[in-house]
Amino acid sequence: MSQLSTTAKRAGWRFASSLPALFGVLVFTFLLMRVLPGDPAVFFASGPSAGKEEIEMIRKQMGLDKPVPEQLLRYLGDIGSGNLGRSLTTGQPVLADLKSRLPASLELTFSALLIALLTAIPLGVAAALRQGSWVDHLVRFICALGVCVPTFVSGLLLIYAFYYLLGLAPDPTGRVDIFTSLPPRATGFLLIDFALAGDWEGWRAAAAQLVLPAMTMALFVVAPLARITRAAMLASLGSDFVRTARSLGLPPRKVIVTYALRNALLPVLTIAGIVFSTMLGANVLVEKVFSWPGVASYALDALLSSDYAPVQGFVLLMASIFVVVNLTVDVLYGIADPRVSVE
Amino acid sequence: MTPPQSLPLLAIDDLHVTFSTRRGLVEAVRGVSFSVAAGETLGVVGESGSGKSVTAFAVTRLLDASGRVSQGRIRFAGEDITKASSKQLRRLHGAAISMIFQNPRGALNPIRTVGQQIADAIMAHEPISSAEGRARALELLKAVLIREPEKRLDAYPHELSGGMCQRVMIAMAIACAPKLLIADEPTTGLDVTTQKTVMDLLSKITAERGMAMILITHDLGLASRYCQRVCVMEQGKVVEEAQPLALFSAPQHPYTKRLVAASPTATSTIADLAPEALAPSAVSHSPHPEEAAPAAVSKDGLVVSEPPGASFEPKPAASPQDEGSGKTKPAPGTPLLLEVQNLVKRYDRGVVAVNDVSFAIRAGESLGLVGESGSGKSTISRLVCRLIDASEGEILFDGQAIGTLPARDFHRSPLRKDIQIVFQDPTDSLNPRFNAFDCIAHPLRRLLNMKDGAALTARVSECAERAGLPSSLLERFPHQLSGGQKARVGIARAIACRPRLLILDEPTAALDVSVQAVILQLLDRLRREDDLALLFVSHDLNVVRMMCERTVVMQNGQIVEQGESLALFAAPQTEYARTLLEAVLHLGGPTAR
Repeated sequence: MSQLSTTAKRAGWRFASSLPALFGVLVFTFLLMRVLPGDPAVFFASGPSAGKEEIEMIRKQMGLDKPVPEQLLRYLGDIGSGNLGRSLTTGQPVLADLKSRLPASLELTFSALLIALLTAIPLGVAAALRQGSWVDHLVRFICALGVCVPTFVSGLLLIYAFYYLLGLAPDPTGRVDIFTSLPPRATGFLLIDFALAGDWEGWRAAAAQLVLPAMTMALFVVAPLARITRAAMLASLGSDFVRTARSLGLPPRKVIVTYALRNALLPVLTIAGIVFSTMLGANVLVEKVFSWPGVASYALDALLSSDYAPVQGFVLLMASIFVVVNLTVDVLYGIADPRVSVE
Repeated sequence: MTPPQSLPLLAIDDLHVTFSTRRGLVEAVRGVSFSVAAGETLGVVGESGSGKSVTAFAVTRLLDASGRVSQGRIRFAGEDITKASSKQLRRLHGAAISMIFQNPRGALNPIRTVGQQIADAIMAHEPISSAEGRARALELLKAVLIREPEKRLDAYPHELSGGMCQRVMIAMAIACAPKLLIADEPTTGLDVTTQKTVMDLLSKITAERGMAMILITHDLGLASRYCQRVCVMEQGKVVEEAQPLALFSAPQHPYTKRLVAASPTATSTIADLAPEALAPSAVSHSPHPEEAAPAAVSKDGLVVSEPPGASFEPKPAASPQDEGSGKTKPAPGTPLLLEVQNLVKRYDRGVVAVNDVSFAIRAGESLGLVGESGSGKSTISRLVCRLIDASEGEILFDGQAIGTLPARDFHRSPLRKDIQIVFQDPTDSLNPRFNAFDCIAHPLRRLLNMKDGAALTARVSECAERAGLPSSLLERFPHQLSGGQKARVGIARAIACRPRLLILDEPTAALDVSVQAVILQLLDRLRREDDLALLFVSHDLNVVRMMCERTVVMQNGQIVEQGESLALFAAPQTEYARTLLEAVLHLGGPTAR
């Protein structure tokens, strides 16, 4: 039980020490948005013919006539009270927009990570067990391919193959096709909501929509995960304790899984955390290709139309998710490796 | 004794093991033959690179993927196991032959409890439930005499001491009652007292259970005490095989003779260890990359300048006056060079590594610091060297208080060049990107502000020569040097600025005995030539007795005894010092059983 408490203490400490970084991110993005070219007031005026007074009025409405430090203070105050501002493009509060779109992104990223891990770990293990053989080279080739093909290309290729040629996949537009009725919203994760509602037909439809984008994203991150699995697996296969296990005649399965792989998964866990955070932000291309209503494409649209509030909200969200993911990895690591809690 | 039998338990016949490396095939074992009878304990001794561990791994078929048995037969209970399938081998491993390894902590799975690991070992060969496995694991932990076995069952290896980890390893090895136990350097890296308890346990268990044991070690004392028969290996071959008493009192083969001579005993002096090393030309300019080269010299009978008192036979107990060349006492009136007063070092969470320690060293005097791991001796060496800051207390060097200067600023002090240190690990203490020349020149450039040029080159060559490092090796990088050569670079670097106090933190712990002998002689010579004061930290009491006039015995951060080495070693006053001394194994000394 003391291990639990030390883990909790460490997690709390980690969380507290990441707060300054979060604050820094806030201020930095705020300033960055002010420095970027493009006047939102002009953009949101009624049209190209809008008069000077109208633009001036919009500026005043948005608080853009105030000095920057005051704007920053008001912004921070708003965030403190849970108000991320209102998106000028959608007309909705940013918080509500993010809330409705985040589950889509998370569902996609989680599925992609799951697919990636389920592919990468066996590949890495196989490559390590037969180091230097054709299996090893094949894995290396697959990894190189995954990394060097951009996601929008691989996404389009997958659509071409599975939707256009084979007709296996549904049309790549959004999370469900228009004929499926949505389940009552409980978590926002469609797979979970459908399962909760007991609507298995809808569940299958949502899963079918999810497979292609998730595979596209997974393809991109299989490489780092497989490579790190291979390296960690090689290290633990060559370690003294695996030699001990062999010298005692343990069954090969036990040696490979319980002794070598469990130790090798520790670095994989760390990398998986980093990969997850990166995917969540970097999946904008996938979301665009598959018309996925996620937060990344939302932020991109806002950025292109100089809509400050959604971009700032998005950056804050990403930073918070990064902190939470790191924290989770830290806690999991503490549970998986008993040595950590001692330090 | 086992009855005479026609069939030995293990018979190795003309074994060859080859490794495929980048530079082609390397034969590590070249025609080894020996046998082990049921219940017998056989010692295999030799220095690093002699092929003794490779032989063990060949027997258990646990060689690296690059190594293979290229010739010869290994018969276990009449069956040739060089041709056994992996399935047959799995049945042999643990149940018929099991192994104990060096570095017990590394040999255990770090993220699995020791109880589970022991149960794994049993369940690999017997169909029992995990509850039964746990019960059996507990029994085994009791059998290896671990304190509080119930609590240890759920402990992870990092929560146990090195000695306890080795006990767990033994428990796993004996779990399925194998007939043969191969112990590969089972006590290297453990404290002397722990070494003794672990070895006593091993010999008790093997005797009780009628197991045969192959004890692989570089320590002749260990082999002579615990083995019924000893094989000496050199460069992949068995050069001599005999009963330990006969082997060590009258060695036949030149290599055995050299090995016996190089092993410090209760009475040996520095000069005894490696007589041929006193002819420096024979040693230091040998083109052979390994320190083992001098063997060939003595084999050919080239050694003519044997110093008086150096003979291959262990001498009868020398009288305390017969000091050899090892000690030159400074005159009584010599001023104190280093004075340590009430030194305390505390770490976070209330750990007190050094607790109220006081001692002094005169100019040119050599002080030994002994104790088990965790006794605080390395901390003291770092404190005195001003690499870390003391929590309390005074360090006076040549009358000046140097303890008040923060350790991070001490490199600017003019006294930095007067206090130098030689570290334990010759590899890790050299910058891998510096060649030997740069390693030695580094302190000269930094502390004496010497610029590149003839003067610096001359100074470096001089230091290298004094440390017995041929100038042809100065261009080499650490990974191109042997262990002994790296130790010489470390010493040359430490003496480069002509310090007055040299701190030696286990300078020979990572070296083979024959290399150790040469390095000890080198240090002793340097000390006499430069009137150097030494602070010699070591766990090897025999070495300290030879090297130091006075000895300080430490336990748990405190000094328990200090005094003249000869008197202290002859008649220790405290219980702890006595325990330490009793745990020291002496060549051909009275056997335990």
